[in-house]
Amino acid sequence: MSRLRITKILIFLAALVPLERLAWKAFHDGLGANPVEVITHSTGDWTLILILTTLSITPLRKLTKQYWLIGVRRMIGLFAFFYGCLHFTTYIWLDKSFDVHEMIKDVYKRPFITAGFTAFVLVIPLALTSTKGWIRRLGKNWQRLHRLIYVTGIAAVIHYIWLVKADLRKPLQYAFVLGVLLLYRLVVWISEARRKMTPTARNPRPAEVTEA
Amino acid sequence: MLIKKPADIPSSEITSKNVYLNRRRFIAGAAVAGAAAATGFAFRELGSPSLVTQANAKIDGLQKSPFSTTETQTPFKDVSNYNNFYEFSTDKYEPAGLAKNFKTRPWTVTIDGLVKKKQQLDVDAIIKMAAPEERIYRHRCVEGWSIVVPWVGFSLSELIKRAEPLGKAKFVEFTTLYDPKQMPGQRVPVLKWPYVEGLRMDEAMHPLALLCFGMYGEVLPNQDGAPLRIVVPWKYGFKSAKSIVRIRFTEEQPMNSWQLATPNEYGFYSNVNPNVDHPRWSQAKERRLGEFLKRPTLMFNGYDQVASLYSGMDLKKNF
Repeated sequence: MSRLRITKILIFLAALVPLERLAWKAFHDGLGANPVEVITHSTGDWTLILILTTLSITPLRKLTKQYWLIGVRRMIGLFAFFYGCLHFTTYIWLDKSFDVHEMIKDVYKRPFITAGFTAFVLVIPLALTSTKGWIRRLGKNWQRLHRLIYVTGIAAVIHYIWLVKADLRKPLQYAFVLGVLLLYRLVVWISEARRKMTPTARNPRPAEVTEA
Repeated sequence: MLIKKPADIPSSEITSKNVYLNRRRFIAGAAVAGAAAATGFAFRELGSPSLVTQANAKIDGLQKSPFSTTETQTPFKDVSNYNNFYEFSTDKYEPAGLAKNFKTRPWTVTIDGLVKKKQQLDVDAIIKMAAPEERIYRHRCVEGWSIVVPWVGFSLSELIKRAEPLGKAKFVEFTTLYDPKQMPGQRVPVLKWPYVEGLRMDEAMHPLALLCFGMYGEVLPNQDGAPLRIVVPWKYGFKSAKSIVRIRFTEEQPMNSWQLATPNEYGFYSNVNPNVDHPRWSQAKERRLGEFLKRPTLMFNGYDQVASLYSGMDLKKNF
């Protein structure tokens, strides 16, 4: 078995720990006075943590030259989707009792739900197109499509900021990490755009050649 | 058309076998360390004793009250381990531990403002003013959860009558202790400290408004607002000020802490009202702790006898 495979198995097991922890607590009267709230917050937290983890893969592998890291990104992304699904399920089931009409009203009326719902909906196509077949079929567009994760990340952090009553410390920590990860991309994007421009700026092609 | 030929990998880019193997070892090591850390964290969480239990002194001679509900009471361990008490922490599971060594004696309460008898009273003198009653009340948090608690105390009006407020006094203001050494939550400016709440005089004089120093037949646990708090069952929980050190009578409507923090979300009245939503979430339903699905929220939290206090008032405006 290859090392990458072993690493993937370990990450797979580690990513299940938060869920196992919740299940263990649920069966041992360990979820406290308001279990539904604990489950909602915990699944939400892990969704955010895993989204930020997938977003950190690219900077990490480039900065540390650990290029193999790309091999674990899809799994972490799918786990983010998995915890997002659990988070959404607690909302639609335990909060809304599967009342879709009520849910639509919420999405329309409550900005923090609008943000959370947007984050969730936008990540669905990413999960669906995460297979090898889809990556091949979509070609260059696959990468373009998967940039939606930036929007999901921003919407998810806003969802958290808009829901707290007064203590913004925790959501702002997430916002800070997300900000750093997006800033990295902005810097890379600008420097690449510059590099592309520079040669033409230095050696402008003679006019008659371009016109010919 | 320009077809780029894949460039040969320059020899400088080829990793030597030694480094390559080391890298592999490093990755495996890192992965194992990460997994071990994650499991360790999980086990620490699983094994930690999450409940704080503390036996408090019994309060004798409790009288029953006609205001009590017969609904199922929330277990003591939930009411004493799930507390919105921002003076200790914004995490509801933390005040129980953080308030363990909170000093509730000696404790004096200043009574001032528009009263005949401005005075400093020892909390034990206040507690002896009237016979203790058990009042089993519904308690609805603005966040959308609710509990049923057997509080111990007597009507706030007993204290107010003895203070002899002047005719000009229209409101009562309650101030919580400010002591960041004992109350770590006050070291963070999430709210303006000290915590201030207020009631209109007729609200404060209503027999349902409780001056409270115990629950479940025992002295109030620190994390539930010891040694002295109020309980106003028809209003959202944050109106029921805890660990009170000052009761002031005023002509002007006091500015309560939550209204000061977010005036468009929290008003002065804050009556439980299923028809007036919090700007960010619905107040139509609530989760009674211990129940799986939500139940409908009742107007004035089911205490219809207070409705006359607000006749002619637009409760959407005066939220």
